[in-house]
Amino acid sequence: MEDADLRLDGNAAAGLLGEIFAVELTSARSTCRGCGATAEVGALTAYTHAPGIVLRCPGCDAVLLRVVRGGGRIWLELAGVRSLELRGPEAA
Amino acid sequence: MAGAAVLGRLTPLAWRLAEAVEIVPETPRASTLVLDVPDWPGHRAGQHVDVRLTAEDGYQAQRSYSIASAPEEAGLALTVERLDDGEVSPYLVGELRPGDRFELRGPIGGYFVWEAGTAGSLHLVGGGSGLVPLMAMLRHRAAAGGGTPTRLLLSARSLQDVLYRDELEQLAAENGDLRVALTLTRERPPGWTGYDRRVDEAMLAEVFGPPAADGLAFVCGPTRFVEAAASGLVALGYDPSRVRTERFGPTGG
Repeated sequence: MEDADLRLDGNAAAGLLGEIFAVELTSARSTCRGCGATAEVGALTAYTHAPGIVLRCPGCDAVLLRVVRGGGRIWLELAGVRSLELRGPEAA
Repeated sequence: MAGAAVLGRLTPLAWRLAEAVEIVPETPRASTLVLDVPDWPGHRAGQHVDVRLTAEDGYQAQRSYSIASAPEEAGLALTVERLDDGEVSPYLVGELRPGDRFELRGPIGGYFVWEAGTAGSLHLVGGGSGLVPLMAMLRHRAAAGGGTPTRLLLSARSLQDVLYRDELEQLAAENGDLRVALTLTRERPPGWTGYDRRVDEAMLAEVFGPPAADGLAFVCGPTRFVEAAASGLVALGYDPSRVRTERFGPTGG
């Protein structure tokens, strides 16, 4: 099995992100700090076979978000994300 | 509180105890589980749930499964394909009986979701059990009156591996705006006149035609299948931001 077979979509991180955020995060639009590409979190490239979840930019492959869970804690890194835009009727 | 309605929920996802009401065999390897989930908040077509099983020694295994039923239906239905070396699916497909309960949380996801009434045509590409969330969309579409022009391209190993075959034929027969194309990649019945190869650009072009500016595509299945189909659509001129993908990983389900 190759690494490429293990590639998933940000959608696959929705359950774990749902443990942390009270809002549905995969329909939020993220902007990559590195290349400026925007994509919905559900459309990011996801790797879930590491101890935790890594979401990468589909444009430049930079790491946008990392979540590691276990031992009674959740560790969240968002260093690669410039911004997250949550959409909904009330934001209009 | 106004913000809660927009963003869907106030509190993080909680595990609930689902009870199996009915187990419907779909193919030799896949069954639909109709569940009763107390206080189920409802779902949108395309969403999934997480299922968690706990062994007596405390070991837990967790997997995601797509919801097959339309939001309009009473019971929550998952269709699960059994992977022989899996930790969760052999229990769900094979051991689970009506009345048995297991932990579930959801609905999950807001990206791979289609709402009836969304403007534009709908282009669905499913590989194997990747059909499941697309079926929720087709059932939702039918429940809403079926106005959206829709094409489904489905890839399966053999005819007996095709999920919901009778229902798909019926839906297509009832509604001229829905067309279903099937490709069988490993085994064909005698006299088969449909596609007999893996999904490629030529097949996508024949089934879906030139890209429509307001069309929306959903592609679901094993990772390699999804990447081939999605890049094929983009090569045909489909806007990448309007091609939504859900990769199942190497094996699917």
